[in-house]
Amino acid sequence: MQFDGELAEIRFGCGLSARHRPPSGLEDMLAGLTAADTAAQDWPIAGFDVALKEARTYVLARRAQQKAAGTDAFEAQNSALKAQRGRLLDLRASWFQARLLRCATTDTPFRERLTLFWADHFTAQGKVPALRYSASPYVETSLRPRISGRFEDLLIAAVTAPLMLHYLDQHRSTGPNSPRANRVAKRRGQDIGLNENLAREVLELHTLGVDGPYDQTDVRQLAELFTGLGYSMREGFTFRPGWAEPGPETVLGQTYGAGSPELDAVLDALRDLARHPATAQHIARKLAVHFVSDTPDTQLVAHVAARFAKTGGDLRQVYAALIEHPAAWHPELANVKPPFAYLASVCRAFDAEGRAVAALNRLDTNRLFLRPMQAMGQRWEFAAGPDGWEEADAAWITPQALAARIRWCMDAPQNLLGTLPDPGQAAQVALGQQLDGRLRFVVSAAETRREGVGLLLASPTFQRR
Amino acid sequence: MPVFPKATPNATAAPRVNRRRFLVDGAALGCCLAASPLLTPVSFAATPSDARLVVIILRGGMDALDVIQPYGDPAYAALRPGLAGGPDHGGLDLDGYFALHPGLAGLMPMWHADQLAFVQAVSTPYRNKRSHFDGQDVLEAGTPGVHQSRDGWLNRLLQILPGSEARTAFAIGQEDMKLLHGAAAVSQWSPDAALALSPQAERLAALMTEGDPLFHGALAEALELTRDASSVSGGQTGQSGGAGRRPPHQRIADYAAQQLRGDSRIAAFSINGWDTHNRQARTLTRSLGRLADSVLALQAGLGPSIWDKTTVIAVTEFGRTVRENGTGGTDHGTGGAMMLAGGAVRGGRVFGQWPGLAEADLLDRRDLMPTGDVRSYMGWALHATMGVSLADLRDHVFPAVELDSNPGIIRE
Repeated sequence: MQFDGELAEIRFGCGLSARHRPPSGLEDMLAGLTAADTAAQDWPIAGFDVALKEARTYVLARRAQQKAAGTDAFEAQNSALKAQRGRLLDLRASWFQARLLRCATTDTPFRERLTLFWADHFTAQGKVPALRYSASPYVETSLRPRISGRFEDLLIAAVTAPLMLHYLDQHRSTGPNSPRANRVAKRRGQDIGLNENLAREVLELHTLGVDGPYDQTDVRQLAELFTGLGYSMREGFTFRPGWAEPGPETVLGQTYGAGSPELDAVLDALRDLARHPATAQHIARKLAVHFVSDTPDTQLVAHVAARFAKTGGDLRQVYAALIEHPAAWHPELANVKPPFAYLASVCRAFDAEGRAVAALNRLDTNRLFLRPMQAMGQRWEFAAGPDGWEEADAAWITPQALAARIRWCMDAPQNLLGTLPDPGQAAQVALGQQLDGRLRFVVSAAETRREGVGLLLASPTFQRR
Repeated sequence: MPVFPKATPNATAAPRVNRRRFLVDGAALGCCLAASPLLTPVSFAATPSDARLVVIILRGGMDALDVIQPYGDPAYAALRPGLAGGPDHGGLDLDGYFALHPGLAGLMPMWHADQLAFVQAVSTPYRNKRSHFDGQDVLEAGTPGVHQSRDGWLNRLLQILPGSEARTAFAIGQEDMKLLHGAAAVSQWSPDAALALSPQAERLAALMTEGDPLFHGALAEALELTRDASSVSGGQTGQSGGAGRRPPHQRIADYAAQQLRGDSRIAAFSINGWDTHNRQARTLTRSLGRLADSVLALQAGLGPSIWDKTTVIAVTEFGRTVRENGTGGTDHGTGGAMMLAGGAVRGGRVFGQWPGLAEADLLDRRDLMPTGDVRSYMGWALHATMGVSLADLRDHVFPAVELDSNPGIIRE
C-alpha cells in the first residue's frame, strides 16, 4: 500500500497547510504521539489544580457578596464577584484559543485529534458557575498525558477526575449503609443514598458499550462500589471511606472490596472493565467511526479490537492497528468535520497568525468562533449529554447548521486574516490532490475574492475528511 | 437505561435513542429532495389534528410569586418587602387573590377574553438539588427523575401522533430544544440562520454540492427556509416594521406563527433570562416583556381562526424561594407557575391548588410547595386538544404521570 501523506493529514490530522509537511509514513504518525508535546508548550492550558483554585475564589467571592447584602460593603463585594466571573470567562477564551491553535499549528496533528476523541469519549462538564469552564483543564490534566498509554490508566484518570465526579453526581453518592448515611438519618431523619449516574455511564459509555453484557444489577453494584469517590475544591480528588457502602460488591461476576472500603477495589474493577472484550470492541468501533466513516468496514473494527485485546489496551498499538489497515485509507473523503475541527482546519489552511488569534479578547473570541460554533450545532465543551458529540455526518449538516457554516466562511476569514488570499491558490493549499476540476472552476468563477474563499471553505470537499 | 420507547417494548434492550437524532432526520429530509414538502407539495390529509401547540421553555427558573402575585395570602407581603406585589404596588388584579406582574400588562386583553390562564404551585417531579441543568433535563425529558431519558417528551408525543412527519414539529431558535430530541423527525430553524448569498454564489454553491446529496439537500433547504422566513416581514403578521427590525424573540414567534399557519402543528422555543438572583425588579420585567411580546406575536401571526385552535404553554424548570434574598432577587426554589394562552384555553382563571405561604406550608421552609405536576397539566392539554389517550400519555409521553382528575384547562 502506497502511503498517502496528504490523506493522513486530512483524515487523521487537522487538515492541509502550506507550512506543515505531511507525515512520511505510519511510523512518522505514531512517533509524533510520543514525541515531546511541543504544541502544548507553545499554547499552554492550565492544569485542573488551577481550575479548582479559580473555582474556589469564585465561590468565596459569591459567599462574601451574599453576606454583604444590604450593607455598605455590598458594592465592593459585588464588583469582586463580577471580576472573578470575568476572569473565568477570560480564561475560558484563552483555553479555547490554545485548543484551536494547537490544531492549527502542530507538527503532530494526530495527537490533537486523539485528544479531541478522548475528550469526547470521556465528556465531563461543570454544572455550577464555579466549574463551568473547567473542561479544558480537565482534559489537559487527566486525559492528554495518557492518550498513548494504556486504556485502563486513561479510564481511571477520567473516572476519578473531580470534574467527572461532579458532572455525573458521584461526589454526592453515599452508600445507603455507610457511616455517613447512618449519621444523617439519625441527625436529620433524612435518607441519603446511592446515585447510579457515573456507574451507569462507565459501563454504557466509557467501557462495555450500551450493548455490552451488563444489567441493572451490575450498575447498582458498581454504584455501591464507587461510593467514597469524591473531591473537594481544596484538595481535588479524595477517597472518603465514611461514604462508602460496606461489604463486597459483584460486578460482571467478579467480587470486589471484601475488606474495609478502599480505593484499590474501585481501581481493580475499572482495570477489569478496561480489559473486557466488550470494551475492546466498543472502543475499536468508536475509533473507526470517528476517524474513518459512519459505517466502518467490519474487518477494520475487528482488526483494531483484536489488537486492543491482545495488547491489553495498549493505545499506541491500537492506533497502529487502525492506521495500518487498508480500509482506513479509502481515497474518497467521508466524515464531516465537526464545527471545532472545521474552524481549526480553516486556521491551519490559511496559516492564521497564531499570536493574533491568541491576542483576541473574549468578546472577539465569542464573535469569531464560539457563537458561530454554537450556531453550527456545537456549543463548545457542552455536548447535550455524557455521550458527547454526534458522529453521524447528517447530524452536522442540517439546513440550519450548514447555513451557519456558510455564513461563517463568507465573513470570518476576512476578519481573521485581514487580507484574503487568492482563492485558486488557497484551494490548492487547502485541498491538495482532492481539488477537482469542478471545484477549481467554482472557486475561480466567483465574483469576488470573498465569495471564492467562502465557497472553497463551504465545499463538501473541504468539510469532509 | 430507562427510556420509554413506544416501538421497543423491551426497554433494557432498546437501542440508545440518539439525542441528536432529530437533526439527523431533519437533514435526511433535506437530502431526499423528492420528499421535501418545500419542494414537492405534499398533502397533509393524515396530519394529526388541527390543533396547534406552542411550548415555550422559560429557562432560568421563573419566580411564580412575582409573576402571579398572591397578594391575598396573609404571609405574602412580609416575604417580599422589596419585591412587593398586588394591586397596591402596580400589580394587575386577576381575581381578587392573585395579581399579574405589570410586565405582562400587554396580555390583559387576552385575560379578559378568557384566553389566558395560569397554574400556580406546580413543578416537575424534580426535587432537592435545584440545579438549572438537571431541572431543565427533567422538564424536557418529561420523566419522573433526572437522567432517565435522553430524548424529550415532545418527540415521544410525535412518535404516537398519527400522520406526523418532519414538518409537524419545529424547534425554533439557536437554543438546543431537548424536549424535541428523539427518534421522530422534526424540523429546526432559526430566523437568524438566514443564508444570504449572491445569485452567482448561490448557483456556484449548488453546482459545487451536486455530487454530495447530504450537502446539496441541506443547502437547498436552507436557501428555501431563508426565503420562507424573509416573507414573514411582508405584513402577514399585522405588525409594523420589517423582520429585520423586530427583536430576535419576536422574530422567533413570528416564524413559529408562520409555520403553524402552514403544515406545522407544534412549535417549541426558549425565552431565557429568568434566573433573577439580583435586582429582580429590573430583570424580570424585561423577561416578562419578551414573553408578552412573543405571545402577542403568535396571536397576531396566527390570525383569529388558527389562534382559536391554539394552546400556548409556557413552563420553567423550577420556581424560586418565597423569601426575597439580600440582593433584591430570589434564589432557586421548587414550586412555580405555568402560563397557558390561546383560543383553546379555558382562560380568565388561575388554576392549581394554592398551598399557602405560612412557614409550615413551605417545602423545606423555603420554597413554594408544589401541589401539582406540570406534566399532568400538559398531559391533559394534549389529551383535550390532540386526542392523545391517557394511557399513551402515561406510558410514553410523561412516564408514570398522575392523570386522575381533569383540571379543565382546555375549552370544551
